[in-house]
Amino acid sequence: MLAYFAKRIGMMVVTLFLIITLTFFLMHAIPGGPFTSEKMLAPEIEEALNAKYGLNDPLWVQYLNYLKGIITLDLGPSFKYPGIRVNDLILDGLPVTAKTGFLALLCVAALGIPLGILAALNQNKWQDTAVMMLATVGVAIPSYVVATVALYIFALQLNLVPTFGLDDWRGYILPVAALSGFWLSFIARLSRSSLLEVLGQDYIVTAKAKGLHPLSILFKHGLRNALIPIVTVLGPVVANLLTGSFVIEQIFALPGIGRHFVLSISNRDYTTIMGITIFYAAFLMVMILIVDILYMLLDPRIKLADRNK
Amino acid sequence: MTAIDLKDLTISYSSVPVVHGANFSVADGESFALVGESGSGKSTILKAISGLNDEWTGEIKLFGEKIDPKNRTDISRITQMVFQDPYGSLHPRKTVDTILNEPLAIHGIKDDGTRVLEMLSAVGLDKRYRFRYPHQMSGGQRQRVAIARALMIKPKLLLLDEPTSALDVSVQAEILNLLKKLRKEQNLTFLLVTHDLPVASFLCDRLAVMKGGEIVEIASREQMTKGELKAEYSNELLGVHAQKLGA
Amino acid sequence: MSEKLLEVQDLRVTFPTHRGDIDVVKGISFDLGRERLAIVGESGSGKSMTGRSILRLIRSPGRVTATKLKFDNIDLLDQSEKQMRALRGARISMVMQDPKYSLNPVLTIGEQIGEALRTHQNLPRKQVHDRVIDMLDQVRINDPDRVAKLYPHEVSGGMGQRIMIAMMLIPEPDLLIADEPTSALDVSVQAQVLDLIDGLIQQKGMGLIIISHDLNLVANYADRVLVMNAGEIVEECDASALKDAQHPYTKGLLAAVPRIDETREELPTLDRSQWDAT
Repeated sequence: MLAYFAKRIGMMVVTLFLIITLTFFLMHAIPGGPFTSEKMLAPEIEEALNAKYGLNDPLWVQYLNYLKGIITLDLGPSFKYPGIRVNDLILDGLPVTAKTGFLALLCVAALGIPLGILAALNQNKWQDTAVMMLATVGVAIPSYVVATVALYIFALQLNLVPTFGLDDWRGYILPVAALSGFWLSFIARLSRSSLLEVLGQDYIVTAKAKGLHPLSILFKHGLRNALIPIVTVLGPVVANLLTGSFVIEQIFALPGIGRHFVLSISNRDYTTIMGITIFYAAFLMVMILIVDILYMLLDPRIKLADRNK
Repeated sequence: MTAIDLKDLTISYSSVPVVHGANFSVADGESFALVGESGSGKSTILKAISGLNDEWTGEIKLFGEKIDPKNRTDISRITQMVFQDPYGSLHPRKTVDTILNEPLAIHGIKDDGTRVLEMLSAVGLDKRYRFRYPHQMSGGQRQRVAIARALMIKPKLLLLDEPTSALDVSVQAEILNLLKKLRKEQNLTFLLVTHDLPVASFLCDRLAVMKGGEIVEIASREQMTKGELKAEYSNELLGVHAQKLGA
Repeated sequence: MSEKLLEVQDLRVTFPTHRGDIDVVKGISFDLGRERLAIVGESGSGKSMTGRSILRLIRSPGRVTATKLKFDNIDLLDQSEKQMRALRGARISMVMQDPKYSLNPVLTIGEQIGEALRTHQNLPRKQVHDRVIDMLDQVRINDPDRVAKLYPHEVSGGMGQRIMIAMMLIPEPDLLIADEPTSALDVSVQAQVLDLIDGLIQQKGMGLIIISHDLNLVANYADRVLVMNAGEIVEECDASALKDAQHPYTKGLLAAVPRIDETREELPTLDRSQWDAT
């Protein structure tokens, strides 16, 4: 078991190293530098800036320096905001992004799964039809459309929530709803079909034949099995909530990491782009590891350690 | 001429050997059974011969030709397989006509539909079944379709993997009769995998008894029916059947 | 307790379809004492539906009706769902075909057997554990302490079925319904499992309904046999008299099975038109 996790973490380090290398060289393969822009800088100034940030060194020296920085958890200086380090940009945006992301994930799990159960238990009745209709709409309409329309109705017309910013709790409602809409619908559908499949299994008949209470059958025998496929998709769900946040943070003008990321691309702020990419990659790998651990706890048939034999 | 010749065949799944050094040969036109319980390796041998598993060492010769596990196309023209579950082995969204024409298309054989009608009648299905879907048919009828599909390209060898164990006894009798009749008519060689000794007794000339990945005995049908099997395990299996019949 | 453990009269199991209601069990009647009754038939004969209807486990939209369906003088059709739950497992139990599917894959064997007991009796944890170990011992499982901690995928089919039997017999029911209890098992294990059921049933003085497609098999393990075809009982006889069965369907089934010393060139097949027309 321990050997398995040691191996997994080793693999994560290797993957991360590959991502760092790839983003670094891709970044440097793009023509032009961070200081090429519409407003032409005087050649002397550009030269001085290049020298200051070590951009005149051979590429491999820059690469090694960058790696050295990463080992000490330093993602380097931002090219666009003098005196600010990429670490600071990420730490600055993290609370907002983490909070909206976590709330969205909570919505997905705490609403999506119960809605799916409700639909499954009332198969082909009105509850089922209602949930499935909502879920279909949620899956079909992209989050940025939902966000824009909701902003127009609830913020501009009805004045129920603020149009931007997170000054109080009401500010979170629209961004979280827009962010979680798709995955909430997706998880509701998945929970429904997964639970329906499980409830048709022979071991559910066994549980009934034992004289168990319906609630015990649902929770102990049904849900524990039905959750297995749901947990499997939670890893990708977290990833997609993250990428979704780039767009949502733009629309609602939230000061999160996503906004920095989008800005850094149009600004050619190399170190910020690389820094955020690497940060997200590391975060995702940790999430996937957590999902695998959960998976193993839920399903005794999965022995992670065995896979490497 | 020998239809199948196995020498020192060792088969593995993910590097774990599950069949250890199997040797036997089956004559052209003979019907040979591999009997044993689950996990004995009988189906594994069938899979190796048919190309569904290429993790093996030793030698497999079919009609005198050595088999290269990496290149199977020449083999599928002379051998076809019939599986246990007629519900799982037919494509649910294709009609009988499409299912039967597929082997022809794979081997680039041109046909105007006469072969389909010919095979339907050979397996005892009325031609009105030609454009039905598998779910519109009973288990026995589907197994007839599976047999017809296997026979479309006129193979010389049929590999039968528990072809009747998913069927009711009355339907089993029909399919067993059909297989016996087809073998005679088309001069086929059978390699049958079964856990059911009486089925082997009805359909086969010789049998190999397997246990734990090894062949414990090869005997003729007569030896079995007269109770002259030598290996202790073979008699154990026979005894179980006798007991079941209340003898 | 009355002489009759189970009384069934005009039992019907009906499923609505878009072409109207279809009876899969068409008004059958039989009685059962503390004896071993076999219900034999092919797929679609209604034999499993008969077994499940006694426990009222037919899933909606299926319906069970009968002029009489009494277990130990309790009218089963008159019981509330809650009253039925008190009967299921505790007094009437059911073993199903394949332990691979009928045991919950994510719960340990000990948990699943213990649950069957705890549902019906309020016992301290220690006592439940002791009873589980004792029950595993009764179904001849070596090292029951170790096996109780295993998950279903970690045991063989034969062992799984013995575990299933342990789970269904631990609350000491009066009637066991065994639905194809051995058809997913290897031949050599089948006899062991049937002997085990037989021994426990006789020892505890229970009633048994064994549902099977295999006439020869049940002849050895039942006192009486009902042969079902297309939702109806076509023949009822003593198990020992099965060889002299009268109905063409029963005769046909018996003849269709190949034998070890097979000399017939062709197996007789059922001519269903003989009695379907009537």
